[in-house]
Order: sequence, then C-alpha cells, then structure tokens
Amino acid sequence: MGLFAPIKDHHSEAQLFVGRVILSSVIGIILLGIVVVRLVQLQVVDHELFAEQSQGNRIRIEAVPPTRGLIFDRRGRVLAENLPAYQLELIPEQVPDMADTLARLAGIGLIKEEDIPRFNGLSQSGPRFKPITLRFRLTDDEIANFAVRRPRFPGVDLQPRLVRHYPDGELVAHAIGYVGALSTADLQRLDAAAYSGTSHTGKTGVEHFNEDLLHGDVGFRQVVTNALGRQVPAETRGFADAGPESESPSPGENLYLTLDLNLQRIAAEQLDGRRGAIVAVDPNNGEVLALYSSPSFDPNAFATGMSPSDFNSLQQNPDRPLVNRAVRGSYPPGSTIKPMLSLAALEIGATNLTRRSVCIGYYSLPGSTHRYRDWRPEGHGEVDLHDAIQQSCDVYFYEISRDIGIDNMHYYLDQFGLGTETGLDMAGESDGLVPSREWKRGAFSERADQVWFPGETIIASIGQGYMLATPLQLANATAALAMRGQRFKPHLVAAIEDPLTGERTVMAPEQLPNVQITNEFNWDNVLAAMHDVMQSNRGTARATGLGAPYAMAGKSGTAQVFTVAQEDEYDEDEIDERLRDHALFIAFAPFDAPEIAVAVVIENGSSGSRVAAPMARAIMDQHLGLNDGVNADEL
Amino acid sequence: MSFSDTHRLFSSRSAPLSGVGSILQRLHLDGPLLGALLMVSAFGLVVLYSAVAQNMDLWIQQCIRLTVAIGAMVIVAQLPPDFLRRWTPWGYLAGLILLIMVLVSGEVGQGAKRWLDIGIRFQPSEVMKLAVPMMAAWYLHDRQLPPKFFDLVVIGVSIVVPTVLIARQPDLGTSILIAMSGVIVIILAGLSIRVMVLLALSSIPGAYLLWQFMQDYQKQRVLTLLDPNSDPLGAGYNIIQSKIAIGSGGLFGKGWTNGSQAQLEFLPERDTDFIFAVMGEELGLLGVLTLLGLYLFIVGRGLFIATQARDTFSRLLAGSISLTFFVYVFVNTAMVTGLVPVVGVPLPLVSFGGTSMVTLMAGFGILMSIHRHRKLLPH
Repeated sequence: MGLFAPIKDHHSEAQLFVGRVILSSVIGIILLGIVVVRLVQLQVVDHELFAEQSQGNRIRIEAVPPTRGLIFDRRGRVLAENLPAYQLELIPEQVPDMADTLARLAGIGLIKEEDIPRFNGLSQSGPRFKPITLRFRLTDDEIANFAVRRPRFPGVDLQPRLVRHYPDGELVAHAIGYVGALSTADLQRLDAAAYSGTSHTGKTGVEHFNEDLLHGDVGFRQVVTNALGRQVPAETRGFADAGPESESPSPGENLYLTLDLNLQRIAAEQLDGRRGAIVAVDPNNGEVLALYSSPSFDPNAFATGMSPSDFNSLQQNPDRPLVNRAVRGSYPPGSTIKPMLSLAALEIGATNLTRRSVCIGYYSLPGSTHRYRDWRPEGHGEVDLHDAIQQSCDVYFYEISRDIGIDNMHYYLDQFGLGTETGLDMAGESDGLVPSREWKRGAFSERADQVWFPGETIIASIGQGYMLATPLQLANATAALAMRGQRFKPHLVAAIEDPLTGERTVMAPEQLPNVQITNEFNWDNVLAAMHDVMQSNRGTARATGLGAPYAMAGKSGTAQVFTVAQEDEYDEDEIDERLRDHALFIAFAPFDAPEIAVAVVIENGSSGSRVAAPMARAIMDQHLGLNDGVNADEL
Repeated sequence: MSFSDTHRLFSSRSAPLSGVGSILQRLHLDGPLLGALLMVSAFGLVVLYSAVAQNMDLWIQQCIRLTVAIGAMVIVAQLPPDFLRRWTPWGYLAGLILLIMVLVSGEVGQGAKRWLDIGIRFQPSEVMKLAVPMMAAWYLHDRQLPPKFFDLVVIGVSIVVPTVLIARQPDLGTSILIAMSGVIVIILAGLSIRVMVLLALSSIPGAYLLWQFMQDYQKQRVLTLLDPNSDPLGAGYNIIQSKIAIGSGGLFGKGWTNGSQAQLEFLPERDTDFIFAVMGEELGLLGVLTLLGLYLFIVGRGLFIATQARDTFSRLLAGSISLTFFVYVFVNTAMVTGLVPVVGVPLPLVSFGGTSMVTLMAGFGILMSIHRHRKLLPH
C-alpha cells in the first residue's frame, strides 16, 4: 500500500460507526440512569428531609413585643403610659443618595447635623432593607413638616410605634425612673428570648425594679422570608400553606403606686430652684406618699432617645439632676436625731426629765479648751430635756452624750433604721452611716485612726461627724417615732393589676421589728417635746406650726458642711452658697393619729427651721386637707 | 440488522407528506427533531418565566434569543455538508484567532475574559464548540478509519490548543465540553477500545495535572462537591440549596411559580446554571423526567441521523453534535443534583443566555442539513 493512499472501505467504516453509536448510547443511558436514580433519591426517598429544610429556609419566627404595663399613682392618675408616636425611619436600599437625603433632613430640622455621620455608619452596616430609626418621636409640627415634603424623600417614612410617655415626667422622674433603649449590658442581664421583640427596658426607679411585672410576655408569629431575611407577604405569593402560626403577647401588669401625684407636685413647687429631697411616708403601713428629688429631669428624653450631647450636659450639670437624692443622698442628719437620742438617753438612764444643764453657747470636755459650739452663740440658759428638744439646745446633748456613749447611740439609731438600707422597692439606695467603735475599727486601716475619740461622741450627738442618713431613712425613722416604735418597710407599689381581667393584688404592709423602748412614758415626753418644737412659743419651728388646723410634731436640723475655725463666727452671708449648712426637717401629723411622716433635706439651705420646716408643713397640709379617705387598699 | 427497532422509531420516511411536511422538506428541516427541539424550548420558556420571577423583560429577551437561534438553525440547514466541510479549516482558523484576541484584549465579565466586542459582543469559545468537532471530522474525512497514531496526534493538537486557550480565560466548563466534542469524534471514528482504556487509565495522572492547572475557585468547587456541608454558607451553598429545592419538590412539585427555594431567592443562579433545580422544585420528578425524556429523544434522533449520513465527515460531525448535546444535559443535571462539581454548564435550550443557544441551534441546523443530504438507500 506504500505508494498509494489507502482506499477507504466505506462499508466497514459505517459498520464501525454504528458499533460506536451503540456503545455511546449504552454509556449515555447508564449515565442518564445515574441522574434519574439521583433524582429519585432526592425527590422520593429523601423528600421529607428536604421538604423540612425548605420550610426552615423560608419560615422565620418573629417576636411580637408585649405592651408594657401602665403605672398609676394612688388615686389612679397615669404616671407612665404607652403612646402611639410617629418615628422617622429610613430604609437604606430605598434611598437614592444617602448623603443628600440626610443633609436635606438636617436642613429642615428633622435631624441634627452632628448625627449625620452616625446615621451614615448605621446605613452601611446591617441589611440594606432594615429600617434605621432617625427620630423616635416627632412633634405634630414636625410630622406636618415632613408629610408635605415626603415625596422628595424616597426611602424615608413615618412609622407609628408605641413609645413610653410620662405625662408628669419631671414630678415623678426619680420615683418611677424611666425606660431606655436596651443596651448590650441589659441583654446580658435579661432573658434574650423574652426581650427579642422589645426595644426598651426599665433603667431606674419603679420601671427598673418591677421590670419583670411591667414587661409582659413576648408573643411570636411566623413570617415568610426570602434568602436575605426580607419579609415577604405570604398571602400574595401562594406560600400560605405553611399557615403562619402565632401567639399573642401578653401585656405587662399595671402598677398602682403609693405615691400621690398632688404631693409630688407640692414637693416640686417647694424645692423649685433648690437641691434637695422630700420624702413622705404613711407611718401606718410604710406607703411612700411622696418621693421627690430636686432638681429633676424629663424622663421622656430617655424613652424617646436623646443625643449624646444632651445626655452629657444632663450628666455634667453641677446640680446633678440625675442623682436621686431622696434615696442616694447621704447627709449629716444634724439635730433631727435628737428625739431618738433622747429616747435612748431616757431608756438607759443617761438623763432624766428633771436633769437640767446650763447652756452658755459652747461646751468643752474636762481638761480641754476645745469649744463645741451651740448653734446659738449666746446659749439657751438653763434647759431640761424637753427644752433641749424644743429649742434644739446642742450643749445639753453634748453633756449627756458622754453618758449615752457611741455604742448605745448606734444601738438605738440602728433600731430606727438609720445606717442600713430601708429596703424600698427601688434599686440604688444608700446605706447612710451610724458610727460605732466597731465600725471605726473596720473602716480605717491605720491603727491610730481606729481609736474612737471622746470628741467624736460629742459631735455624733448632734448628728454630725461620721453620721450620714438619706432623706428616705429620716422619713422612715420619723414614721417610727410617730408610731411609738412600730415600723413598716417603705414601699412604692400599692397594687398590681392584671390588665386583661382587671384583677388587683394589693401589697400587704410589711412590719419590721419595733424600736425597743420599755417605758411608754418616755415616748410621751419625747413626742410632746417634738410637738412643742412646732406648736409652743419657744419651739424652733413655731413659725411653721402657727395657725395649723391640726396638731403636728417635728424636729429641725441644720448640718454643717463647712467647719468654722475655733475663733471665727459662722456668718451665712460671707460663706459661699455651696458651703452653707444643709437644712433638714422631720415632721409627722396629726399628732394623736399620725397619717403622714415627712423628711425634708435642702442642700446648703442654711436653716432647717426657717427653710425646710415650711416645706414639710406644705406637704402635710396637702395630704391632710385633701385626703378624703382614699387609701391604696380601696383603689 | 438489530438496529431496526430504533430505526423504525426515529425514521420519518414512512410518514405521508402532509402540507406541513412539504414545507419542512423545502426548508431542509427534520420534523421529529424540530418538534422535540420546540417542545424543549417551550418547556424551558415556561420554567424560565418562573425562574426570573415573572420578570417579563428578561423573559421576552429570552424569546427573542430563541427566535434568533431558530433562525440560525434554518439558515445553517440550507448549507450542504460539502460546503461546510470545505470551509471548516478556515472557520477553525478564524476561531483560533478570535480566541487569541480574547486573551489579549477581551472584556472582563465576572472575573473572566470571555467576551469579544467586534460590532457585536459574543464569546468566541462558542464558535469553537462547532469548529473543533468539524475540524476533527474534516481531517478524518479522507483518512482510512480507524485513525492511526499520527492522525490522533494531529487531531489531538487541534483539540488541545483551543481547549487550553479557553481554559485560560478561565472557562473550565466550556473547555471541557469542547475537548469532549473533539474526543467524541475520535471515538466515533473507531479509536480502538484498548487505546480508550489506556487513555482512561492515564486520566488519573492527567487529573493530577489538571488539578495543578486549576484556579483556586475551581479547586474549591471540587472540594465542595466532596463535602458540601463543610462550608454551608460559602462554596457549598449552591449545591445544598439546589438539593433542598429538588428534594422538596417531591413527585409532583410545589406548583409552577410556587417554589419557595426559587422564588424567595434561596437558590442561586436559578435562571441560568441551576434552572434544573427550579424545575425539580416546582414541577417535581414527573416534570424533570419529562424534560429528560425529550432530551433523550433529541439525542436519539441525532444519532439516527448520523447513521444515515452520506459520508465520513457528516457521520462523525452529526454523531459528535448529538453526543455533545447529551454531555451538556448530563453535566448540568449531574452538577445540579450534586453528582459532579459545579463547572458552569447551562442546561441546553432552557437556561437563560444567548450565545450558547444560537450555537446549539446552529448545530442542529447542521444535523438537519446532513439529514437532507443522507444516503438515499440505507444499505
């Protein structure tokens, strides 16, 4: 064949080809058979498994937040409610030009220029279809302002939401506290599942302490979502076969507080422009009738969200409006502890009703030239225990303090609840401090500092030195005085109401151990002296008691902030306002059947009897004049 | 011969000439093949309508492409096999030049250089899908079959050069398919079984070489196939979602446009490479078996036409076009069901996309021309 091109054998070639076609067909059918077997495996054998996975792919469980419980005062007036408010939202994927949109929103005053970088950041993190809240609550004017311009802001819209609202926010801010946006710290503390739909939680006060009651139980619903988690209207796309199941949330419990909004209002008026606190309790059951700290703040700002700069200025305000002075403020109680010390002295025999002292304006320990001054430089002359309480003679108490001793002082003041938290249903109470030898040994590290000096007992007898008390503790101790030693734990929640059934659970008063005074006669004498503080012509607060239609008892206190040098006189006008004495007053009324016990503390108020006492009177007037027998029990 | 059953099934010769028949004959079109192609295309359009989420713009675009592709088929059907054979070397050469141009100055799309813009934008690799098997068939046309070693070397080079050029774009799926179309010609030409087994064995070191040649994303695809759950939100996502879609469809499917996997965008590439999964989810096992049946008929009819062909060139080319079509169907369905790695092969005539459909239909045009110029007597 060498020289010739090979001759093609067409017939054998065609035969060969047909053979190869058959071979290919067999291989092809085997391969296709493998695919068919695979399809049967996926679609018939494992169908259930994949059907389940496809359900899981598209059905997402979405939390439905419960409605927060409402808060009322003792007369059923709303203190905290949930209002539908319009919030301004932006959906990043629908906004054609983010920078321009934000700039124009700032231009019409709906957002602040300084927040633009923050919103820009938010719009770039997170899914593009998830709305970003620009403003939590718009005013009616802002709603109208935006509504007419809406077409020029694609992707920005108003959304109705329930927002916590405090109608008399400033009056009750420190008592009921406020809700704020959930923080990462909150989420670590709270059950993440229960809060999966919730945006806010109680941060302080009643809102915080009763979070479990107020929050309610989360509900859920199943939603159909696409691969990006975007919700799809199930009914329009024929995926309704899943039959989205749901469970309604159950709203939080409503709370009725022991507070009286009228008293809060009077307290706010009295303390206007001052730093201080007023606490009033019902001595018969420990119900807190008023709890006000001044200056106050608007809790609504926390619920609706405020800018970092607003929060900073609130926090850096030198008057510290965010501090709840009523339960956190620790002040030297001053002379307000004299009735309690008198009881202690009578009880242990450190004095008696006939013992008299001559007050010459100061007292010195034997063998010492150091002068412990009386508040009245010229002295009170010859005084007995009754006079010493009535006129608040310091020298009398300096004298008997040596016989009482610091440990007895501690023993009795402790029984009145000073030096420990009262157990009010609110977080963040201060302990205050009633010193003792044992306390001093533990409080100081240097051996020399651990020794209790006689002079420290002397100043402790007029509520100075180490001694500290909160306004709440003072009100509570006053209630114990009013009730002749019977004590109750103070509380703010009067009743819990199931919002669905309207069923109310009234909180029972919680009695505490009585103050141990064996001789009932001692109560008569000390309380009579407190009565005369206000209603005799020698009493320090006689001006306040004047013309009252009811009998009352009280005790003033003026606590030093600034120590006057031995040779100087304390001259109010020459001292900086912040170094002036704190003014304190405790009182209860009516004298024979007490219904209210009040403690007033005014920082740098100078004089307990002149400044604080009239405020206590105003509170008592309001309570006794308007109290038409409505108690928490009858709510 | 034993082939007679199949012969009867695919032969249209006994059918009486109706009005439609005469039109088809005048247009050099094969009735059974055309009918099956139109049925698959119509089926594809129905599924695509759902897969593009009822986006009418995209759907109409696909209808236009299909019309263009059918037009191309009709035109190619008019060209006699001898004419095609004469022009084959020039077509092949032009294809090679275009491929080189793509590597030098091609347009980048989705991280790969595949497109060339010379007046119209197209992928020169599409030309090669037909040019490579035509070149092999052209070379073997005058040679004595089965091919000799030297012939195999020449054809091998004519296959390897465009394959490597396309693999470097990189477009692994297309390059494998083009290599396959050439190899099929050699097999049909009678490559000895012994050599085929030898080649199959040598494919083990070949696979190792290929692995070295692959891009990272291509290696990832192979690894993903072996264990899709190792990276469920990354590389394995496509296969997992595709299997869920098909499996959840069951026997009868969730109903047209009611596939939650497809409609809610869990299934990626649902209008292109993974459209088979949409069909499996919405139309169920019955739907996909119907489609596979139609595909099988097309391949069978093509092979029948090949056995009837007049000369070596026509025979080899028709066989290669038919079997390559089968490879398309197999690779796509096997990939979507998780049997082979995801190599980016569309489901022929169904997946959204232009150039490949025109090429496919042009190939069927060649089949029809070959059938028109078949041997007048079978034996």
